[in-house]
Amino acid sequence: MCLGVPGKVIAIDGLDATVDFFGVRKSLRLDIVDEPVQVGDYVLNHVGFAIRRIPPEEVQETLALFDQILEVSGAKEDLMAADVRGEMAAGKDQK
Amino acid sequence: MSNEDLFRQLKFRDPARARALAEALRHNMDAIGREVSVMHVCGSHEQAIARFGLRAVLPPGLELIMGPGCPVCVTDGPEVDEAVALAMQGVRVCTYGDMLRLPGTARSLADAQADGGKVEVVYSISQAVELAQAHPEEQVVFLASGFETTAVATAAVALASPPPNFSILSVHKYVPAAMEIVAASKETHIEGYVAAGHAAIITGWAIFEPFAARTGAPVVVAGFEPLDILAALVKLTELIRERRPEVANVYPRCVTKEGNLPAQRSLWRAFRTVTGRWRGIADVPGGNLELVPELAALDARNRFRIDTAGVRDAAAEEEAKGCICGRIMLGLATPEHCALFGTTCVPESPVGACMVSSEGQCRIWHTYGGVPDLRKVG
Repeated sequence: MCLGVPGKVIAIDGLDATVDFFGVRKSLRLDIVDEPVQVGDYVLNHVGFAIRRIPPEEVQETLALFDQILEVSGAKEDLMAADVRGEMAAGKDQK
Repeated sequence: MSNEDLFRQLKFRDPARARALAEALRHNMDAIGREVSVMHVCGSHEQAIARFGLRAVLPPGLELIMGPGCPVCVTDGPEVDEAVALAMQGVRVCTYGDMLRLPGTARSLADAQADGGKVEVVYSISQAVELAQAHPEEQVVFLASGFETTAVATAAVALASPPPNFSILSVHKYVPAAMEIVAASKETHIEGYVAAGHAAIITGWAIFEPFAARTGAPVVVAGFEPLDILAALVKLTELIRERRPEVANVYPRCVTKEGNLPAQRSLWRAFRTVTGRWRGIADVPGGNLELVPELAALDARNRFRIDTAGVRDAAAEEEAKGCICGRIMLGLATPEHCALFGTTCVPESPVGACMVSSEGQCRIWHTYGGVPDLRKVG
């Protein structure tokens, strides 16, 4: 529940951002993010809220880590991957 | 560079580096020359430790124990009862998925749902707000669980003028307060702590400095990759060896000293700490987060007369059945000490809270092979 999954900001409307998580688009709130966020930035998601803007130099590394978590988990039973998917799902679907 | 290329080069799972860290750990433990117990307080850490069999590479004298690091697990039975009672009196109760099957003193929200109560699983409190907007004729309550990291999301909603038919039943818990209970326990002797990296994104690592100074136990903030955790243990044993009760941050790629200040401001504008019961553990001074008086109108406990008489069982049922979740969460026992573990208590029909949540130690150990301490199974 506390992993914080990275996604790329696609659009911003006030405090609502549309964010791409590994191909899945979700809406995230920007109320409590630590720094101003712009389109193209990467942010960490926790239960539908951006909690950190990822500094550009850390983006690739952070994404690769999560790719790996999701990949290892061909196994459906993997709890960490399940938590990551739950985090990705946090935020309403973009129609 | 593609992500694919990058993670071939990734440093966080490199076996050679893991061996070097294990060697450094052994060196530190040799220098200490006695047995040492350290504790982490994060379900995600336990997932990584169990999944990668990390305890197998620890030196024999080093015990790595999971403490109260599962927010669902420490939500108390009577708190669940309140949500069950609300659902049974016609209120629409929304909550995170892990909470659905968490037992109250007698029933869970899943039971309430089966009996016709309106219970909705949401991934985010924002979805609960949308449900309230879509159903203005109904009362919608969000059962807000989780540690401070999750409470900041609740705070953001509470401070953003949610619709009038929306309210919050806070069962949020504040981890630093529970670390005090563990540190004061005479039954365990924890010499150092691994703190949860992503929670510290919000709080910053400096929050642990007064704790370390007061208890004499160093604290190391760690990420959740295998090498993050090993590196944290190397640093922690070094601080123990040198008798330096300090805070170290081995997760600088995410955690700063001061943390996310806007989030902290929101958190403390919306919540205050109060003494609260942690399931199976104790009354923890400052361990619960309650909405501040200025937001009392949003507090479900003020809005409704919550009568749990009809859904409550005075006897602590789990303990009566032999469940030792409380001792496990305090670090006094592990799932292998529990007669129910893997027999009558399994993920499909959990007896205790630690088997319900994906962050509970029993659930994690059951998923990754029962006793994921490979030193013990050879």
